[in-house]
Amino acid sequence: MGGSGSGKTTVLRLIGGQLRPSSGSVNVDGQIVHTLGTDELYQLRRKMGMLFQHGALFTDLTAFENVAFPLREHTDLNEELIRTLVLMKLHAVGLRNAAQLKPAEISGGMGRRVALARAIALDPELIMYDEPFAGLDPISMGVTANLIRNLNDALGSTSILVSHDVKECFAIADYVYFLSSGKIVAHGTPAEMAVSTHPYVKQFVNAEADGPVPFHYPGKSLADDLGLQTGGGR
Amino acid sequence: MIARFLAAIGAWLRRSVQDLGFAVRSFFIIIASSGGLWRRPRLVIEQLFFIGNRSLVITAVSGLFVGMVLGLQGYYTLTTYGAEQSLGLLVALSLTRELGPVVTALLFAGRAGTSLTAEIGLMKAGEQLSAMEMMAVNPIQRVLAPRFWAGVIAMPILGAIFTAVGIVGSYLVGVVLIGVDEGSFWSQMQGGVDVWKEVGNGTIKSLVFGIAVTFIALFQGYQAQPTPEDVSGATTRTVVISSLMVWWLDFMMTALMFSK
Repeated sequence: MGGSGSGKTTVLRLIGGQLRPSSGSVNVDGQIVHTLGTDELYQLRRKMGMLFQHGALFTDLTAFENVAFPLREHTDLNEELIRTLVLMKLHAVGLRNAAQLKPAEISGGMGRRVALARAIALDPELIMYDEPFAGLDPISMGVTANLIRNLNDALGSTSILVSHDVKECFAIADYVYFLSSGKIVAHGTPAEMAVSTHPYVKQFVNAEADGPVPFHYPGKSLADDLGLQTGGGR
Repeated sequence: MIARFLAAIGAWLRRSVQDLGFAVRSFFIIIASSGGLWRRPRLVIEQLFFIGNRSLVITAVSGLFVGMVLGLQGYYTLTTYGAEQSLGLLVALSLTRELGPVVTALLFAGRAGTSLTAEIGLMKAGEQLSAMEMMAVNPIQRVLAPRFWAGVIAMPILGAIFTAVGIVGSYLVGVVLIGVDEGSFWSQMQGGVDVWKEVGNGTIKSLVFGIAVTFIALFQGYQAQPTPEDVSGATTRTVVISSLMVWWLDFMMTALMFSK
């Protein structure tokens, strides 16, 4: 968790090998990601699933075809088996009956759920979620949060969820890390974080305007910008 | 002042060489990523349908009008010398050697090239290419390579259609409307057009234009920043760079192919 620009998505991209670290290393499943060659990196990515912030569905394909995409690319399963698997994945996210709709024909929340079905199509060991609750209405948010938790438990996989939605995250996460300016500033269970006295966590969890994260972008003061003298009696 | 000017020229040169090197490297990466297409020819066939089919109508209609205008202008010019019987030969040589490949390439850049750039650019903006990468699917292999080969295959076919329809257009104007002798029209064409020198070289030109235009379109789309401004800018760059490249390549190939 962390505010905008704190480096949350960057962490996911480092884990997925889409970015190279400028220093240090990222170890996933015993492998140092940035040292892997293309083939090895793609092998590692087959164990991963990622849900992008806006779904990143292929707009020219139906929901069914989107979920079938990784299965067709990485397996030699026959069409009948692919159909069964895709319908099961779509059923798990509650969209089996929307299988033939294209991304433009479904809502943002539904699109996110189709993307989730696609992310779990190959039963990954690690699932990464980039802001899965952004822009969702309260109902879709609750449904998505429960879905993430239930799928994680059903698949027995590891989930890394990046978000700034405190309520939903604390409801489904086992452990929370807070990031600020690319650094971990606090971590613990949701219960520990809820009562934390750390200034950053306190400001974030209670949505306070005052704290270590300033509301105003740093720079000149308003008085300087407006050409007003301070303390001059005017 | 002079030092700053020289530094700016140096920086521009360095950036240009770097960009050129990156483009050449990308070209070879697409070629190297094309091996898998032998196992999945469906990907190329699908794109061949989209790219070729999208450009077919504009190519055929343009070919018809270019042929008709060529027939009309050729007739007026040849009549001055009493050589209107050679109209078929004039039109066939103009179309097979130059107008067919060049005009088709320019139309292709405007129709299919811009569409390819916008499609790839928007896929990038919508994180679809990143999603593909995270699904362990190489977007160059899965998205760029099939489109590249489809463009390379489609261009000579479209060029041939343009030329054939153009000849029909000049026939309609020259023979049917104006009344040039039909026998002379076809026999002079048959006698003066060499299969290898004219048709063969024209096909080679189309092939080279296909490689250049399709690669430029894909490269611009893939390099575009995921913003509306840059995707739109990339689309414009595709037309400008492709058109200039077609003219330059045409001059170079004409000098090589038809010099005595």
